[in-house]
Amino acid sequence: MNAHQAVTQGEPVVVDRAGKPKLPGTDVMVRFAGVTKTYPHRRGKPGVEALCDVDLEIGRGAITGIIGRSGAGKSSLVRLINGLEKPSGGRVVVDGREISRLTGADLRLAQRSIGMIFQHFNLLSSRTAAQNIALPLEIAGWSRTDIARRVGQLLALVDIADKRDRYPSELSGGQKQRVGIARALATRPDVLLSDEATSALDPQTTRSILDLLSTINRELGVTIVLITHEMSVVRQLARDVVVIDAGRIVERGEVADIFTAPKHPTTQAFLGEVLGEAVPLSLANRLQPAPVAGGQAVLRVAVRGAVAADTVVARLSRALDADVALLAARIDEIGGRHVGSLIVGVPAARAEQALAQLAQSRIEGEHLGYVA
Amino acid sequence: MSRDLINLIVEATWQSLYMVSLSALLGTFLGAPLGIFLATSRKGELFAAPFANLILGTIVNATRSTPFIILVVAIIPFTRLVAGTSIGSSAAIVPLTVAATPFIARLVEAAIREIDGGLVETAASFGATPLQIVIKVLIPEALPGLVLALTLAVVSLLGYSAMVGAVGGGGLGDLGIRYGYQRFMPEMMLAVVVVLIALVQAVQTLGDHLARRLNRRLRHR
Ligand SMILES: Nc1ncnc2c1ncn2[C@@H]1O[C@H](COP(=O)(O)OP(=O)(O)OP(=O)(O)O)[C@@H](O)[C@H]1O
Ligand SMILES: [Mg+2]
Repeated sequence: MNAHQAVTQGEPVVVDRAGKPKLPGTDVMVRFAGVTKTYPHRRGKPGVEALCDVDLEIGRGAITGIIGRSGAGKSSLVRLINGLEKPSGGRVVVDGREISRLTGADLRLAQRSIGMIFQHFNLLSSRTAAQNIALPLEIAGWSRTDIARRVGQLLALVDIADKRDRYPSELSGGQKQRVGIARALATRPDVLLSDEATSALDPQTTRSILDLLSTINRELGVTIVLITHEMSVVRQLARDVVVIDAGRIVERGEVADIFTAPKHPTTQAFLGEVLGEAVPLSLANRLQPAPVAGGQAVLRVAVRGAVAADTVVARLSRALDADVALLAARIDEIGGRHVGSLIVGVPAARAEQALAQLAQSRIEGEHLGYVA
Repeated sequence: MSRDLINLIVEATWQSLYMVSLSALLGTFLGAPLGIFLATSRKGELFAAPFANLILGTIVNATRSTPFIILVVAIIPFTRLVAGTSIGSSAAIVPLTVAATPFIARLVEAAIREIDGGLVETAASFGATPLQIVIKVLIPEALPGLVLALTLAVVSLLGYSAMVGAVGGGGLGDLGIRYGYQRFMPEMMLAVVVVLIALVQAVQTLGDHLARRLNRRLRHR
C-alpha cells in the first residue's frame, strides 16, 4: 500500500490553503503555555512582570482580539508570538513550532510565516510603496521577477495600485497602513499580528482598514491577532476576545458571550465605553431618592443578548397595565446580539412590581430613583 | 599678481584637493563601518558587543581629543611606516586619515542613531539578519544624514589640511603661512583665503543639495 492510498483510505484529510495536511488537533494556531515575561530591572528601575502565567489558545483562521489597558502587556504578548522577545518562562507555540525556543536562522525562517502591522506603520521613508512591500521578499531572497509579480498582486489586494511609486510622505495614514498590510502579507504568512494598527487613524479610515482585514481573513484564511485598547475594534471584527489586565488574562471567549455577560470589572469598563452611560445628564440631574406625587420611578433595564430590546417596553407595560415611558436607550449589536440598556419610567408606586416582573423574565433591572 | 604666484596657488589647490579627497575617502572607508558598529553594538542592540563598543568608543574619543597638530607629529613613525616617508602631500594623507576616521565614525553613528528603532524591529520581525537590517534599513534611511556628515567631514579636513604644512605636506594652508605670513605677502594670504572659502562653499553647497534631493521624498511625514 503506497502513501497515497494510505491517505485516501483513512479519515478524510483536511488540507489547509498552503496544501499542508492539517493534523488532528491543529485547529490551534498559537498556544501559550504558562508564559511569563519579566523585563529585567534597569538603572534603578525595578524589573517589570509584563505577563504572568499566561495560558492561551488562538484559533486557526479566526480573528482574535486582545484587549487591555495601556501597559497591560498586549505588545509584550504579540512580540512573543513572532519571537521578537523570548519568554522568561513557559512556551509559545505557533503553528506547531515552539517559536520561543528557536534561534538564529530557524527563528528567521519561522518569522517569515508571521506578518505584523504597526500603529505607526513603520514604513521606510526611503522606499516607495512598492519597494516597501518588496522588503520582506528581498529579505527572504526572492528573485526580482517573483518579487515584481508578487508586489503587483499585493498592491491590488490592498487597493493602492495607483500609489505604487509614491513615497510614504506622500500617502495618507490609511494608505500607509494598506502598504503596511501588503508588506506584512508579502511572504504569505499564516498569521497576521496587528498591534494597534488603527489607533492612529480616524473612525472612517479605521472602518475601511478593519474591512480590509476582515476580507483578508475570509479570503486568504489568515489567522489574525488584533491588539487594541478599543472595544469597538474588537466588536467590529473579532470572533474571539481575550481581555488582559496587569499581565494576566482575566476573561476570554467568543466576543458575543463575553460582551453580553462581562464578568471582570475591566471587561465591564470596556463595555461601558462602547455603550456609554445611557442615563442622559439632564435626567440624572433630576433624579431624586424619594417618590414624588404623580411622578415616575426610573429603572434601568439591561439588554443582554437574549432579551429582545424591541419588545421589552411593551411587555412591561402590558404586565403592569400602565404606561411605560422610554426615557433613554443605548443599544448596540455585538456578535449579532443586542447589548445595552433602556432607561424607562413607570408610575412611582409600581416600581417594586416592575422590578419583580423583570426578574421573573430574567431581565436585569435597577431602580435608579424618582422624577417628578 | 604674477604668473608664478598664480601657478603656486593652482599647484597648492591641487595638493589640498588631493590630500583632502583621498583622506576623506579613506576616512569614510574606515570610519563608516566603525560608526555603524558604534551605533549598533551597545547592550541589546543589533550587534550587541558592549565591551568592544566601550574600547572602540574610548579610542575614538582619545583620537578626537588630541589636537591635530600634535597628532601629526606624534604619529610620524607610523606615517613613515605606511607612506615610506613622513614628508610631502602623500605622507600627509596618513595623519589626515587618522584624524578623519574617528570624526567620521562619530558623525555616522549619530546619523544612524537618528533612525527610528521601530524600523529595525519591523525588519527583524520579517526575519531579517542584522546585516540585512544595516544594508536595507539603516544605511538607506540615514542617507541624507550621512551625506551631510560627510560634507562636514570634508570641510573640516580642508581646515586640517592647512596644518600639514608643518610636515611638508604642502597645500593651501602651507602656501598661506610661507608666503602670506613669513614673507609678508598679504595678497597671497588673501588669495589663499579666497580659494579656501570658495572650496568650502562649493563642498557645502554640493552636500546640501545632494542631501536635500535625497531628503525631498523622505522624512517630512
Ligand atoms: N523593553 C522593555 N523593557 C522594560 N519594560 C518593558 C519593556 N517593554 C514593555 N515593558 C513594560 O511591560 C509592561 C507591559 O508593556 P506592553 O508594552 O506589553 O503593554 P501594552 O499593553 O502594549 O501597552 P500600550 O497599550 O501602552 O501599548 C509595561 O509596564 C511596560 O512598561
Ligand atoms: Mg503596546
